[in-house]
Amino acid sequence: MVLELQKPRPIWQIMFSTHHTDVGLLYLILSLSFLFMGGALALAIRAELFLPGAQIIGDAMTFNRIFTVHGTTLIFLFILPFASAVGNYFVPIMVRYKDMAYPKLNAIAFWMIPPGAALVWLGFADFTWYAQPPYSIISAPGPAADMWIFGLKILGVSSVLGALNFVVTILKCKHPDMSIGQVPLLAWSFLASSLIILVAIPTFAAALLMLLTDRLGVSGFFNPAMGGDPIAYSHLFWFTFHPEVYVLVIPAIGMMYEIIPRFSRKPIYSYNSGIFAFVLLSIVAFSSWAHHMYATGMSFTEKTVFMVGTLAAVPASAMHVFNFIATMWNGRIKFSTPMMWAVGGIALFFSAGAGGVANAAMPLDFATHDSYWVVGHFHLFVMGTIAFGSIGYLYYMFPYVTGRMYNETFGKVHFVMSFIGTILVFFTQHILGLYGMPRRVFDYPPIPEWIAMNQIATIGAMIIGISMIIFLANMIYSSGKGKLADTDDPFGLGGKYYYPFEAKNPKH
Amino acid sequence: MSGHSNWPEWIYIAVVIALMCWVGAEAWNAERLVEHVPADAEVIKVIAQQWFWTFEYEDGTKTIGDLYVESGKAYKFEITSKDVIHSFNIHDYVVLMDAVPGRVNTVWFAPTDVRTHDIQCREYCGLIHYNMRGTLHVEEPSS
Ligand code: HEM
Ligand SMILES: [Cu+2]
Ligand SMILES: [Cu+2]
Repeated sequence: MVLELQKPRPIWQIMFSTHHTDVGLLYLILSLSFLFMGGALALAIRAELFLPGAQIIGDAMTFNRIFTVHGTTLIFLFILPFASAVGNYFVPIMVRYKDMAYPKLNAIAFWMIPPGAALVWLGFADFTWYAQPPYSIISAPGPAADMWIFGLKILGVSSVLGALNFVVTILKCKHPDMSIGQVPLLAWSFLASSLIILVAIPTFAAALLMLLTDRLGVSGFFNPAMGGDPIAYSHLFWFTFHPEVYVLVIPAIGMMYEIIPRFSRKPIYSYNSGIFAFVLLSIVAFSSWAHHMYATGMSFTEKTVFMVGTLAAVPASAMHVFNFIATMWNGRIKFSTPMMWAVGGIALFFSAGAGGVANAAMPLDFATHDSYWVVGHFHLFVMGTIAFGSIGYLYYMFPYVTGRMYNETFGKVHFVMSFIGTILVFFTQHILGLYGMPRRVFDYPPIPEWIAMNQIATIGAMIIGISMIIFLANMIYSSGKGKLADTDDPFGLGGKYYYPFEAKNPKH
Repeated sequence: MSGHSNWPEWIYIAVVIALMCWVGAEAWNAERLVEHVPADAEVIKVIAQQWFWTFEYEDGTKTIGDLYVESGKAYKFEITSKDVIHSFNIHDYVVLMDAVPGRVNTVWFAPTDVRTHDIQCREYCGLIHYNMRGTLHVEEPSS
């Protein structure tokens, strides 16, 4: 299963290609570039918060722009394109088709991302990743705000086109000998997350247009001065973005479903329960969006409904955790780098979920909402679960993509440092939230507990930063000079049995 | 894929569901009690704007930034905003409610100690959001 030709080709041949592995490679390079760019912004934020007072960044406006672009970048330009990279490489192979269903559309979806990204980065807006009106209408400076709106519009369309392609590839192009109940869980995860995208994104697309016309002053949907309602925007936004958090996490879970059984040298404990949990999660994803809005003045009944909807999603997530543990149970586990990332990711997934339950319980949310707790909560997912699963999978696919092996020791060092760093940053941020520190603040009063927690978090972030430099060096060096991989069994697991879904791609 | 039984998974799922029902029921009950505003609560209007708080008491007096209440009495805040969304927060008393322009949200509390507490804005509202702070002064009961 060699995913990329080993003979070097000129870059423009890859850029103008529509073949799924080439588009996958483009997605991969783009997403990793933005991982490092967005990560650099995070380090700037953490450095500024190391001490009260202005040190590194200097003024609040720049700080606000930095955290806005940080969040937007890592969600839309790292996590989503990374998943598309993996999907492009593996989904056609797993359903035994020669390419994606619509190769040209696939390339178009990719090439929409750079202009969207350019708008976000050149504008550098300041209204946070959810552009809450009326701030975003009456107060946020243009043209940055307008560029962000257009950028997100383009990224949203790209996401929808990509999702459409995955759905058709999986449902219509899979090999006739293969039933949908035989498609590997990684491909299932793309089916589930793509369906969520198709249902969820149009709502935000509409909200963005309304936001734009509100900013132009020709409408007043969300502007109270013109009789509009800003809370309506919150509903539209979260109707898209609560399900979207599952769009982000489901492919990462799918990647873990590839890694865990291989390196445990056992079949997956229950394939059916994996599918069931994906499908269930895609449905209940739509029942909980207003748990982000308890403090907007919702009635008791509304809050209760959305709390129940939120708690209903927990068993489905918990099923995945069970499935992973049961698969590892009694397995002959080999802790190579990908396995370490996957297992670390599952541990953090569990901790993050426990914190989510506390948020969802409505009286507790009034202690945690919009405090650093929330920052800690969702970063345990986006960094601890999604980035961990993704990076683990990157190490896993590395030999298949490059034909060479990465340096195992540095891979493990990367994991250990990132794992410790992640715990230092994001567990601490939960505590910081309980001490009452609001999120999205450029500066804070010198309360001793706040200072201590901020300093631990900053040190953790620096540890992650250093580990990412090791990672980058390892990837660049090994892809050119690493030792040649045995592509039949690069991880020395012994026997082809452990790669059950290896199917020859007719093009290779 | 065969050769093992699924009962541990069923038990596990049942435990998770039971836990969630318990969390939900407890939360529902607690929130119901917390939301019950005492009838004799004194009303204080809280007006947020970029980037300070104005408090208006029942007798019509106003203060900016500093909020004065008496220990042992109940207060109901009627919160609104003049410009963008803010969030009125006295973290020590878990008082948190968004200040939304065009709406009045209410939340109540009854301070029990005699000291000062921090008031802050918990919803991003622009340039000086980080310093949209105030002070709650809980004083000895006057009567
Ligand atoms: C599956 C992966 C998950 C991801 C990626 C995720 C992501 C997020 C994000 C990004 C936010 C904050 C949004 C913001 O205010 O900027 C958030 C808040 C929240 N999450 Fe999660 N979440 C996940 C799972 C869960 C689960 C399983 C639960 C509950 C059981 C949960 C409950 C909540 C609640 C209640 C909030 C609102 C907190 C508040 O603002 O007060 N989340 N989550
Ligand atoms: Cu949510
Ligand atoms: Cu604010």
